[in-house]
Order: sequence, then C-alpha cells, then structure tokens
Amino acid sequence: MSSNKKYWKSVEELNENSSVVETLQQKEFAEEIPVEDFLGDKESLGDSKTSRRDFLKYVGFSTAAASLAACEGPVVKSIPYVVQPERIVPGIANYYASTIADGFDFASVLVKTREGRPIKIENNDLSKFKGGVNARVNASVLSLYDTKRVKRPMIEGRNVSWEEFDREVSSALDNASGEIVLLTQTFASPSTSKLIQEFSSKYGNVRHVVYDTVSEDAALNAFQSKYGRRALPNYDFSKVKTVVSVGADFLADWHGGGFDAAFAKTRIPKNGKMSRHIQFESNMSLTGANADKRVPLKPSQQKAVMAALRGYIAGGSSTSDLPSNIDDAVVKAASQLRKAGSGAVVVSGVPDQEVQSWVLEINEALGSRVMDTSNARVIRQGNASEVAQLVKDMNNGSVGALLIAGLNPVHTLPNGDEFVEGLKQVETVVDFTTRTDETSKLSKYVAATPHYLESWGDIQFSEKSFSLMQPTIRPLFDTRQFQDTLLKWSGNNASYYEYIKETWSAGLGDRNWSEVLHDGVFEASSPVALPASNNSSSSSISFNMDELEGEGYELTLYTNTAIGDGQQANNPWLQEMPDPLTRASWDNYVTVSKADAEELGLENENVANGGLNGSYVNLTVGDTVVKSVPVYIMPGQAKGSVGLALGYGRKAGVQEEMQTGVNAYPLYKNFSSVQKVKIEKVAGVHEFACVQLHNTLMGRGDIIKETSLEVFNTKDAHVWNSTPEVSLDHQETPVTSPEVDIWESFDRTTGPHFNLSIDLNACTGCGACVIACHSENNVPVVGKDEVRKSRDMHWLRIDRYFSSEDTFTNDLEKKENIGGLGSSLSEFGELEEPADNPQVVFQPVMCQHCNHAPCETVCPVAATSHGRQGQNQMIYNRCVGTRYCANNCPYKVRRFNWFNYAQNDEFDYHLNNDLGRMVLNPDVTVRSRGVMEKCSMCIQKTQKTILDAKREGRTIKDGEFHTACSAACDKGAMVFGDVNDKESKILEKKNDDRMYHLLEYVGTKPNVMYQTKVRNTTEA
Amino acid sequence: MKKVIFRHSTSRQLLLSVAFLLTFTLSGFSQAQAAQDATAQAEPEQEAAAADTGGSDLGDPAAGKELFNSLCAACHKPYSNSIGPALHGVTDRRDMDWIHEWVKNSAALIASGDAQANEIYNEWGQTAMPAFPQLSNGDIDNILAYVEQPKPEPQAAAGSAGGEAGAAGGSGGVSTDVILGILVFVLAMLLLVLFLVNKTLRTFADASGIVIPEKPKRKPIYKAFVENQFLVLVSSIIVLLAVGYFAYGFLMQVGVDKGYQPIQPIHYSHRIHAGDNQIECKYCHSSARTSKHSGIPSLNVCMNCHKAIAEVAPETATEEYSKEFYDKEIAKLYDATGWDPATRTYSGEEKPVKWVRIHNLPDFAYFNHSQHVSVAGIECQKCHGPIQEMEIVYQDAPLTMGWCINCHRETNIRIEGNEYYEKIHEELSKKYGVEELTAAQMGGLECGKCHY
Repeated sequence: MSSNKKYWKSVEELNENSSVVETLQQKEFAEEIPVEDFLGDKESLGDSKTSRRDFLKYVGFSTAAASLAACEGPVVKSIPYVVQPERIVPGIANYYASTIADGFDFASVLVKTREGRPIKIENNDLSKFKGGVNARVNASVLSLYDTKRVKRPMIEGRNVSWEEFDREVSSALDNASGEIVLLTQTFASPSTSKLIQEFSSKYGNVRHVVYDTVSEDAALNAFQSKYGRRALPNYDFSKVKTVVSVGADFLADWHGGGFDAAFAKTRIPKNGKMSRHIQFESNMSLTGANADKRVPLKPSQQKAVMAALRGYIAGGSSTSDLPSNIDDAVVKAASQLRKAGSGAVVVSGVPDQEVQSWVLEINEALGSRVMDTSNARVIRQGNASEVAQLVKDMNNGSVGALLIAGLNPVHTLPNGDEFVEGLKQVETVVDFTTRTDETSKLSKYVAATPHYLESWGDIQFSEKSFSLMQPTIRPLFDTRQFQDTLLKWSGNNASYYEYIKETWSAGLGDRNWSEVLHDGVFEASSPVALPASNNSSSSSISFNMDELEGEGYELTLYTNTAIGDGQQANNPWLQEMPDPLTRASWDNYVTVSKADAEELGLENENVANGGLNGSYVNLTVGDTVVKSVPVYIMPGQAKGSVGLALGYGRKAGVQEEMQTGVNAYPLYKNFSSVQKVKIEKVAGVHEFACVQLHNTLMGRGDIIKETSLEVFNTKDAHVWNSTPEVSLDHQETPVTSPEVDIWESFDRTTGPHFNLSIDLNACTGCGACVIACHSENNVPVVGKDEVRKSRDMHWLRIDRYFSSEDTFTNDLEKKENIGGLGSSLSEFGELEEPADNPQVVFQPVMCQHCNHAPCETVCPVAATSHGRQGQNQMIYNRCVGTRYCANNCPYKVRRFNWFNYAQNDEFDYHLNNDLGRMVLNPDVTVRSRGVMEKCSMCIQKTQKTILDAKREGRTIKDGEFHTACSAACDKGAMVFGDVNDKESKILEKKNDDRMYHLLEYVGTKPNVMYQTKVRNTTEA
Repeated sequence: MKKVIFRHSTSRQLLLSVAFLLTFTLSGFSQAQAAQDATAQAEPEQEAAAADTGGSDLGDPAAGKELFNSLCAACHKPYSNSIGPALHGVTDRRDMDWIHEWVKNSAALIASGDAQANEIYNEWGQTAMPAFPQLSNGDIDNILAYVEQPKPEPQAAAGSAGGEAGAAGGSGGVSTDVILGILVFVLAMLLLVLFLVNKTLRTFADASGIVIPEKPKRKPIYKAFVENQFLVLVSSIIVLLAVGYFAYGFLMQVGVDKGYQPIQPIHYSHRIHAGDNQIECKYCHSSARTSKHSGIPSLNVCMNCHKAIAEVAPETATEEYSKEFYDKEIAKLYDATGWDPATRTYSGEEKPVKWVRIHNLPDFAYFNHSQHVSVAGIECQKCHGPIQEMEIVYQDAPLTMGWCINCHRETNIRIEGNEYYEKIHEELSKKYGVEELTAAQMGGLECGKCHY
C-alpha cells in the first residue's frame, strides 16, 4: 500500500526529465574533484614563475623536512590544578541543572561540564514544565564561547573598569533630567521583578517597559482582559484528543514553545487510538507539516475560520463567507472538536486580540481540560503599546535615562529608525548586553553581561513552575550580571545570588535550597506578585485583520527552527542547520506558492551540482521596502500568501560569514506577524545552500512507510507494512529469512546489542537531535559554499519528504478536502497539483549500522568494521580516504572530510579559535582531512555506561544506554537500547507491528529501525 | 624537541656491541669498583648512628625517638616550628612537671587557667594539642631526651656524602678511560711488534740473500666478484634484505618513545615516595580509579604531607642527589603553592607547575585508566614499569598498538564478584569452551573500542 504513494523531496524531482535529479541519483559525489581549480589553465601555468625544477625542489625539501620532523615528537606539557576543586576529577563529566531564559527560549536544562567547561546541553527530566530544549537551546552552549561577545564594560567605546563605570553611570542617573526607563526582555524572574521595584523606589521616576522581540501581545491582552493577569494560557497537550490550530505553530515557538514533547506522545497509536490534528495555516510550518489534515489558506481567512469555529461551537452566527471547501473543513473540525469533549482544544496564532479572546471562549465552551488558565505561562510579558509609547516619549525628550537589558531594539524594532532618533534625545543610554550589536554601538554605556551559563537566576515559567539558573563556569570575561549591577546601583551590597536566596528564604516549603538547586526545578507560588501592566484595553496598538483586505499578497512573518528571534545569529551550528521544511541553511527567504511564483515569474532552479538557485524580489509593506529577498518556492504555501523568517540580517557583532539573510523586522509593523505586502521581481540569482536534493537514496523507493489509522486498526500488518520478498527456488521468501541471506552472521547474543528505533509518528522534525549530535561528536561546520556543494558534515540529517495525496490510491483525503459537493472544478484541479498541499514526513537518517554492512566489504584497508555490540565502527586513523564506502552505502550517510575543518583559516568558525574549541567533547577525536566519518551510534556514551556498570559491579538497567540524539529527543521518537535485554523498551519496539527497516530488500539488516507513520485521517 | 635517551638505532646497536665487548674483557675491574661503592654507602649510616648521643641524661633517646615518630611527629619537629612549636630546648623553657601535665592533658591545664598554658594556646592559633594520658612520665622524659639531642650537623654530613658521591662518579669515569687507553696502547704495541718483526725478517732475508718469490699476479678480488654472477645475485639479495630489515626497524621506532625520560620542572622522585616510603600509587593518582586520566596530582595533594615535611631526612640523600638538592625541590613546591614554611601560611600566590607529559597516546586512541585499574585490577607497574625504583620517571612500555593488543590477548578478565560479567561470562565460556576468558574474547580487539 505504501509503495503506491509517490514521495518527493523537491519540486525538481517531479520533473521527469531533470538531468540534475538523474545525476544525483547516479552519483554519490556530484562533482568531480576540481583539479582545474588548483592547477589552473595552461596559460596561467606558463606565466607562473615557479618552474618545474623549483617545484621538485620544494617537494623534495618539504618531504625531507616532514620526515625529519616526524622523528621527534612534540613536548607535551601537563598543567594540573594547584588546588584542585573537590568535585572536579579530570576526565569525568559533572552535570548541573540550570535554566536558559534569554527572553525567547525558556527551558530547564542539564549542563554537562568537563574539566570545568560546559560542553553540552541536555534535557532536565525532572522538569515538569516542558519548555522545549530545542535546537537553539542545545546550541546555546556554543554561544557561550562566541568571540564576538562583549568582554568588558565600555564607556563611549573605551574600556573601563567596573568601578569607573558604576561611578559614571550612578552620577548620570542621579542627575537624569527626566524619566529613567528600563527597557528589558521578559525576565520571568521573581527576584528580578522585586529588584526592579527596589530600584524604582530608589530613583522614584522609573518606568519598566517589557519588550518581546517576537510579540505575543494579542494573546496576552486577550488573557489579561478576561482573567486580569498578564499571562498566556498554558496547554497540556498530553491530554489532547483533537486539536484544531488556526495559524498557531504550536510545535515550534508559539506562546514560548515547548508543547511538542507532550503532543508527540499522543501521536503514537495506542489501543487503536491517537490524537487528531487539524491545521489551518498559510505558511507551511513545522506544525502544519505534522498535521493529519492541513488546510492552506490566507491569513485574512484565518480570522474568518476562527469566527466560524466560534459560531459552530460557542454559539453565535453560524454562517461564514468562506469558500465552501474551507467552510466544509471548519464544519468537520467543529464536529470533531465537540466529539472529543474535554480532550479538544483550539489554538490560534492570529495576531489579533479579538481572535485570541475567541480562543479562550471556544476552549471554555468545549470544556477543554487541555487549556489551563489557572497555571498560566508568564514567559512572555512584552507590552507592544508600552514599547510604542516609549519610542514616542524618547523622541519627545521626556526620557532622561534609558537602561536596555537583553535586547537589541535598534535591529528588532519595526520602527528602528525612530528608535535611533529617539536614542539621540536620551542623555544616558546604558545597554546591558552579552554581544556587541546594533544597539550597543549606539549606546554611551555598554555594560557587559555574562551568558546564562555564567549567571545566577530564578525563573518563573508559569504561575506554579519555577526553575533556578546557576553558573557552570567562572565568567570568561570581565562581565557582571544585569541584576548585580542593578543591586549595586540601588545601594544594596548583596550579590544577586544572596538576593535570590533571600527571596526564596520562605518560599521553598519543605525543600531546602541545595536540594532545589540540585534539581533545578520546583513547584511553588511566587513570593513576588507579577508585575501588573497598566494599560491593556486602551492599547494604542491594535492590529485588525481587516486591514489585510484589498489587492496584494499577505505576508506571514515567522521564526524558524534554527535562528528563532536572531539572538544566536553568530552561532555557526544554527546557521548550518538546515531548516526542517525547506532544507535550506545559512539563509532566510520569502516562501511563495508555486502558482504565485508562476504568476510573478519567479523561479527556483537546480543547477548541475545539485545547488539551488532562486530569483530575488523586493518586498514592500506600507512605505518600507526590504530589498533583494531570495525566493523559495514552497509546496504547501497558501496561494496569495507569502512567508518570511525573522531573526536574520544581523550585521553588527556578527562574523562576516554569518551575516546571512535579510532583516525582516522592519516589516513587523505594529508587532503583527501578518502584513499586506507588495512583491516585485528584481534582477539577480540567489545561490541557496539547500540540502534537499543531496544524498538522495539513488532513486530507490520503499523508504517511507505510511498508512492511515483506519487501515492500521483494521488490516493485518503485512498489508500496510509488508516485508519485501525475493524469489528462492521460485518461492517468494521474505528477505529477512536466513535462507536468502548470503552473509555469515555474527553471534550477537552475548553482551549488549544496540538498536535505535525512530518513530515517524512522534518525530516532529524539530532538529534538536541534529544539534545534540553536533555538540556530542565534534561535527565541524563547513560553511555555506561547502554545503551548497553537498559537503555538509551532518552525521544525522532529517530528511523531509513530500507526498501528493492524489497518488495515494484509496485516499480518502482527496475527496474530503474538496468536499463541498464538488462544487468547484478549479479547486479540484488545484488539489491535484502535487505541490499545492502536500503531506509531509520527517525522517531522521543516520548511519543505519547494518549488521551486513556494504561499506565494510569495500574498504581496502579495513578502516570500517563491525563490533559485536552492533555498532559499525569507523576508524579514522586507518582510513586512507578512498570513499568507496560512501559510494557503496545505500543510505548515503557517510561524510568525507574534504578539508581540515579545525584550525584552518578557510573555515573560520568555532574550531578555528581557542575560545570556540572549548566546546569540543574531549572523548571524541577531531577528524582531519581525507578521512571518512559518520554516526558512531555514540560509542563513547555506550562504552562509558558499560564501564560505569563494570566498575560498580552491577548489571545495566534499561534506559541507561543513550545516544546524543535519543537523549535530546524529548518526544520519545528516538528510543535506544539493548535488544538482548528481554525487558527493554527497544525490544518492544523491535517487535512492534509498525517496525520496518530502511530499504529492507537490500538485505543490510540495519540496527536502526523505523516505525511506520500512521495518519489519523478519520473524518467526522 | 623531545629528548629520547634510548633508541634502537643502528649506530646505538653498534655502540652497544662495542660496550658489551669492553665489559666482557674488563669485568674484573668493575667488580672491584662495586666493592668500593658499597663501603662508601655504608658510611653515612654510621655517622647518623654516632649522632644519637647527647641529651641522654633525661632518658633513653632511642625509645624516645620511636615514641616521637609515632605520636608527636605529625605536629612537631625537634628543631623547627611545624603545626606546633619546635621541641628542642623545651626543657630550658618550661618546668618538667608542667611539661608532664601539659602532655597528658593540655586542655585541662588550659581550663585551669594556667598562664603559661593559655599563652601558648593563644600563640599557636588556639589549636588544641590532643591529650596523651597513655604516656608515663618516663615515656615523656624519653621523648624529651630525644628532642634535646644537639641538632646534627647536616651541612658537614651532606657535604661529605656529596663529595664522596662525586668522587665515586669520577673514579668510574676515569677507570673506563684508563682501560680504553691501555687497550689502545696494547693494540698499538702489537701492531708495532708485528711491523718490527716483519721488517727484521726482511732484513735477515736480504742479508742471507734469499729472494722471496714474487706471487703470481692474481685477479683483483672485486673483478672476480663482479664476474661471478651467482655471488653478485646472492650478495645483492642479502644486501637488500639487510637494508629492508634495518629500514623497517628504523621506521617502526619512529614515534615510539620507549625510554623517554624528560627533565621535569620539579625533581619528584618516585623512588622516595613509592619505593622507600611505600605510598600507594592511587593515594596521589586518585583519579586513576574512576577516570580515564590517572591525573597528575594537584599540588594541594602534595601539601597534605609536605606541610609537615619541609626537608628530607639525611639518609634519603644518595650519591647522585644530595639532601640540599631534595630540600631545594621541596622549596620549589612551596614556591608554586605560595606556602611560607616560616609563618605556615599560604600567600595566595599560585604558580602552576608545567610538568612534561611522559606517556603520550595519540589523540585517536582512547585509553581509560579506571577500566584497567579498577575493573581489571592491573598493577600500575604492568605498564609503567618499576616506578618505585625510578628516580626520574621514564616511559617503560612502547605504548604501541601491538603492545596493547598482545596484552589483551593474554590477559584474562577479572570476573570474580563482578555482577556485570556474570551472565556474559557464562554464555561466552560456554561458547569458547574455556573457563577463563581473555580480554580479546570479550571484544577487546574491536577497533571501535579504542578508536572513536
């Protein structure tokens, strides 16, 4: 059944005659080694002053020098501590619970440190509040070692001491002629709130304005006007039976993110049941890609959908002027919601206060247990109208001093120019920042603040969930926390650490401070009242979706998985991480639908080496123009709408290689993510670094298996998950049976035998595993040009496959999507167009650790061999770089080191400076040029677990073994373990009906298995 | 550049063989020399014994020494301040009865309000001295007898020891030179005699008119050799094989640093610590039990003992290294940790020591000490050699992969009492039909176990 469905990775593949696709299918390495590049043409060789004899002399000399140098090894110095801290044992990792709270990402994390250096971020399993430990949080450890950080306090660009800084700023604040304004990120910290109150009472005329770079203002206002607290409703997605999302990317950063883990668990069919997810949206988002049913529509229609839903569920008008097919979908969604009872929930990302109040209303009408308003989220506190007012006041000259903390408003404010003008009117501007950015360049006083891994803090996620932040390394630079500085300026001599302890001296109940600090998280009620916001209803900013009426395209601004709001733009791991949907890295781009692209004459084209080229457009919103935005034709983008990611285009304090993309914040008018936009094609061709066509599986099918919940429940497993068969003596025999096996198998029954299971149902494509793999295994960053040449080094990639509904025989979706009595033939036609509303599957692929590995047999030097524990081992020091193995690998998971990526000025990323190299995992070799590398199934981690057990003289319990990716996956999509353990979860997965192996018919017997994707297509 | 004192190069092999010949011919000489050395070593001991006189009017200094070392030495030194004051001269400062009372129960004495007792208690940072009620007055007198002995003259003793050491070393050097000289002289004499005899014979022949018949001109030997194709073939094969053999030998020792013995910033003697004082290796290299690194001990570990040990005993000195030399090395430790032995305080000024790493594995080889030390229970000496005899540590094992692998093939897994191995051992021993399993049979030869 699954084989009847056609899967494709790119629109290019739908083109039957594409030579590019053909080339990529036939060749592992699309390009020849560019000999011409370094030998040049005959003419330039002739002009060269180096003669052949000179060349030979150099060769002779350097060979002799090299061999002489090889005889004597270098002297290695070892410098132990003079006084070794008690808890640090060289070679043993220490873990500390801490919290990231950068104003955008909030999550409780475990920090792995080695010899006092934080090297990896992991999930804190004790945390009940699942603030997503997403790709950005995983990568945040590298931002600690960012060379572009502010290293010491500065006054007008001059380095000063903290004493001088305090003296100067204090006198400036004392003499401030006008209001003192604190413009901060959302700290969500009781102690900081208390501290700001104290600071205010000292100076009297202090105003505190909270600004979220990516605003949740509409939802906050709606909640506030209904419940009187400025917060966001919390959602417990583990209770979901049916969810309808209208423009809410709730598997990503919506409402502060972190809902995906709970939701993914409801996606695994249990007792024939799983949750149902209906998504109405315009951009193809991560959430939409995972939906059972996705209805693409323009942002302006989203409000209408919400209005209709409200009508159907909460009462009111029950008619809508939506097109009949959409209306039909809404009617069905409403009936399913009603059926799901308390397990139903409606969420929306429409930036309109009215719509957001409907969400609360509908969920109450549904009696939803999923929405929790009693334990509301406080990790977004920004107030858009207060920010707008502040900019006005600054320009009036009524602001005497402005203290900015954790923000970069010059870059991120839609009216950044006005803000810059306003800054000139303010006498004293203090910027508390970790990075030199656009704002700090315009500020007189720059207070260097530490990274969160060097700071103390208490964080309030929701009204009842708290978490502590503790330093894991002594500050690398001469930095001081914002809070410590504020304490000093308020005349308090305590450190912020003491201050937090005092705040909580009575608030921890029967738990003591050390215990809570160890766990990192605790439940309590805040000893400090939430800062009340003064004006919500009289909001000077109100966005009305009706403004979208009229000619032109509708733009939806979003934050993408890698860069988010752009704080970590100087992080090479994140820049190189391919977007889960577009598979493009190092860029942002405007996503347009295929139909619109044709209308506007926009093109995407794959050139001979597999690289993707795209046209440029200018985007105009009001009188703001963003020039030369590359175009990406996105299957699933609603016709008439376009999308663009925020967070890119930063220039100040960002290394040249990472100054990528265009700044979309100027288009973020009135803090609304939807805008009316004019699109105009301009000349030029943009070169993307897009990996979507890389490493295609040689055109072999049978990679994705998927079925519907109905089939899954009613038919036998062999119908929807059949084992491929081959002919043996004219008898069809399954490939898994030993008779057809030409290999002699190892005996793997003794000791652990590792397997990894990946559940396609639970995988949302979030990419946390990709970054976790980077930081665990010292995977290098190769840069945009190299990625374009298919030379990315990711050991773990997440393939994204589109599939068109109309090639799925027996497909119910098709009929139901059109619905509406088949009234419009044009819509029918639209849906037949494969790229219009495709279904999406994410599939993480790493080395499959085949028991019968094709790579092993072709290696001439036996550099890759098999272990008894099931791991396919790659021995770098033995490899001579023939690349035979990569050519013979059916899964295309081997990566070749074309260059030395460490200590090479051509690859000026973290591996090229002493600071960045501190993030390296000392247990994993840094590979050098000319060797092949690939996923090792984290053998360093499994070996450590085994050794710990041996040393303690005990057996290993299930759940102790982990790879970096399985540990990073909080969705439970990746399960790792020992199949020889009869009690283990992995064995259960292996015996599951949904289990299949990638390209089973090749007979490689992989140790990585997949669980068939099941879609809940049950309508009504 | 690394200094490697021992290398299997061809030239060294040649030198060795010459040296071997020489030793063989001259074994007589060296035996005599060894006897001389032995007497030199005995001398300082006698001297130390001689110093054990004086102060004997109080009691038996020998018994006192024993008691002092077991009870008092942790905090007191006879001649210098330590955690407690120097004891030499205490009988002049204090009344004997007072001393008896203080030693038996100092706390009671302080509590009674004794002025002297309180003064000393406050002067030494209110550190209470433990009570020793088990000591009789006689015992205390014996201890006092020991500490009241006049301070031995280390200057003279060490000086003479050092001088002797120098002389002994020098005489060894001269003797080989002399032997070589004699040998050369004898050879020269033999040549001369041969020449003279030949000359004389010729003169006789001339004188008696005998004409020595001219030998028929023979083909030059090299021509004969070139013409004999068989011989050319055989010898070129031999030459090629020999070249190949030596080239292979040369190449295989590149990067093998067996015998590497660098000079360290502080002359730390494993011979004294692990050998003479029998300190367990893992007392200082504690992380070898739990971590992949054995760990170079941090200096605070050294200071655990060296707070109290500021100088070595005179008998620690050897011919090569004098007591001054060792004391200076301890002073280097104090300098690095910022410890002032006079005031017994840390200045806070730390100077980390840059040790030279001796055992260097390449980055791509993973080695875990705890696996070998704690799990397998292997003696440190198995890989590090007779460390307790090394004055300066050198690399004893070649640390090549072949060396690792051989050991894995030969060494049995230590399974007793380790629950982890129970099931695995049962299954594997059945499979291989043996009771004891080697590391190799457990998968200890798989590439990925050490290279990742």
